[in-house]
Amino acid sequence: MAEGILVFVEQRGGQVRKASLEALSEAHRKVATVGGAVTAFIVGKDVKSIAGSLAKYHPSKILVSDSADFENYSTEGYATALTEAVKKTDAKYVFAANTALSKDLLPRVAARLDAPLVSDVTEFVVDGNNLLPKRPQYSGKTYTVYEFNSPVGLVTLRPNVFAIEESSNNVNCPIEDLAVSAGEVKAKVTATQAASGNKVELSEASVVVAGGRGIKGPENWPVLQSLCDQLGAALGASRAVVDAGWIDHQFQVGQTGKTVSPQLYIACGISGAIQHLAGMNSSKVIVAINNNPDAEIFKHATYGIVGDVLEVVPKLTEELKKMNSNN
Amino acid sequence: MKIAVCVKAVPDTDAKIVIAGDKQNIDYAGVRIVTSPYDEFAIEEALRLKEKLGGETTVFSVGGKEATDVLRDSLARGIDSAVHIQDDEFDNLDPLSTAKVLAAAIKDGGFDAVFCGQQGVGGDNNQVPAMLAELLGVPQATIILKFETDGTTFKAEREIEGAHETIEGTLPAVFSTQKGLNEPRYPSIKGVMAARRKEIVVKDAAALGVKGQFEKANRKVKVKEMALPASRPLGRKLDGDADAQVKSLMDLLRTEARVI
Ligand SMILES: Cc1cc2nc3c(=O)[nH]c(=O)nc-3n(C[C@H](O)[C@H](O)[C@H](O)COP(=O)(O)OP(=O)(O)OC[C@H]3O[C@@H](n4cnc5c(N)ncnc54)[C@H](O)[C@@H]3O)c2cc1C
Ligand SMILES: Nc1ncnc2c1ncn2[C@@H]1O[C@H](COP(=O)(O)O)[C@@H](O)[C@H]1O
Repeated sequence: MAEGILVFVEQRGGQVRKASLEALSEAHRKVATVGGAVTAFIVGKDVKSIAGSLAKYHPSKILVSDSADFENYSTEGYATALTEAVKKTDAKYVFAANTALSKDLLPRVAARLDAPLVSDVTEFVVDGNNLLPKRPQYSGKTYTVYEFNSPVGLVTLRPNVFAIEESSNNVNCPIEDLAVSAGEVKAKVTATQAASGNKVELSEASVVVAGGRGIKGPENWPVLQSLCDQLGAALGASRAVVDAGWIDHQFQVGQTGKTVSPQLYIACGISGAIQHLAGMNSSKVIVAINNNPDAEIFKHATYGIVGDVLEVVPKLTEELKKMNSNN
Repeated sequence: MKIAVCVKAVPDTDAKIVIAGDKQNIDYAGVRIVTSPYDEFAIEEALRLKEKLGGETTVFSVGGKEATDVLRDSLARGIDSAVHIQDDEFDNLDPLSTAKVLAAAIKDGGFDAVFCGQQGVGGDNNQVPAMLAELLGVPQATIILKFETDGTTFKAEREIEGAHETIEGTLPAVFSTQKGLNEPRYPSIKGVMAARRKEIVVKDAAALGVKGQFEKANRKVKVKEMALPASRPLGRKLDGDADAQVKSLMDLLRTEARVI
């Protein structure tokens, strides 16, 4: 009988994704229910040295596929490695963070294993020894709870939803090699260009400040950027301003943009269209700044300020600056 | 070039969503159905590729009768032929099963490229294209923003967190398209008229050689229940002028919400 949870830990250039640590922490919280142990799996070139840093997130074992084959990402090569790891551990569940890489990789692995995948999960419902993944659909207008009917089920977890649990002590855990080669690869990543954008990645930021048509024009981004700087926030945008050419699509939040789930989301001059809400309504606290008291966004905001965004935002930035300089 | 496109019929994003009585799906009664917005980029890219390298384009959709209009929409935009994959067994399919059904329909067609949308809006699974690539035994590039091919090899670009990456590989391959790849054309009046006269080929489970495989009992994942989200506690608008509002917001974020 399959048991335990295998967590695919994503790294790029030796940096482990924060969202992967969230997945590892959630696996730790749920493994008693499932039975068996948590195994972390990391793949890449020269990743052995970073594998040890995963111990403080409580896996029982860390499995490493370290090979020149995996220097650059290829769906097929990584799929081979992850499939081997699943087979070796005979895990009942496979967790991964719902990132750009996972969106490409996990479905391929699921098809190879002939196993089901539920993506972008925000909660697990416990049912006996089983985990039932739950996720929003239809722009957050419904939630769906799924049940696996398979020895192994794959799940990707929405970033920023599951808390990280880190041990403060020095912990050790066994690290084991999993020797695999990429096999025949018919497509692979040949170049990566850093995008000029947020310092903090939008989908993983714990604070997001987003601007919509209410900011009046692209010349006012610096007003929002100053607020971002005080909050350590990532900048986001509505589709209306992306379509208007005020900002690049990589900043768009919503159904046809990014899904974010920060602790704090500040919507500046955004009306609150359902397609925008789809990308941010799982945020913990939502602040809306809008000069129309009847704007839909106020129905979804924890705190609402009726006012001119270009007047309110600088004042807020000023207050935060005062607070930050007092600390 | 033989080019396949997969399109999904989905509720309009503005549609009011009601959960069906059995809590297994949404209630489609009265819901306007559209081509999933991302699939429009897939259709457009297929048309451009044909314009550049010649060949023929075929669109596939797995679904009930709602898929007919969506297939006509593809034809109206200029896709050459359409295949409607329909069977009672295919009702409310999970992504892996959908990919298997599509693979059965596509595998012997000699296609050089298969274009999908990056996600079917509403279900938002983001799974079918990569599964299809695996089942067809071909490489993939998903969620792409740029694409070029000479008919033998391809080069594509996709956005990842904080960067763009370039993927190079060989055809045949499966691609899933992201907003930004192209500007989809609208169907022309002439196209709409011509599409009305075109035949849509219908294939069922038996025709695809998969009869019985997708009965509910054989599916590897099931919807246990659909539910409405817990409603957010009603928000509050802050009082006073801008200064007072900002001061109370600071207090609330610090002491009540504890997020700063
Ligand atoms: C298929 C589809 C997919 C879509 N996907 C997305 C998506 O991913 N993301 C997305 O955001 N949208 C998406 N949309 C578009 C969405 O429907 C809205 O059109 C869009 O979100 C509106 O952007 P906005 O709020 O910036 O603009 P508007 O709706 O124009 O709202 C501007 C707001 O600013 C306020 N305002 C004006 N001046 C000021 C001021 N001085 N101070 C304060 N407030 C002010 C106004 O009261 C208004 O509420 C999609 C639409 C479709 C059909
Ligand atoms: N029922 C279907 N029929 C045809 N293509 C589909 C179907 N479901 C999904 N697809 C394709 O796969 C893409 C991603 O869908 P999904 O994995 O459901 O988010 C869609 O944009 C379509 O191109």
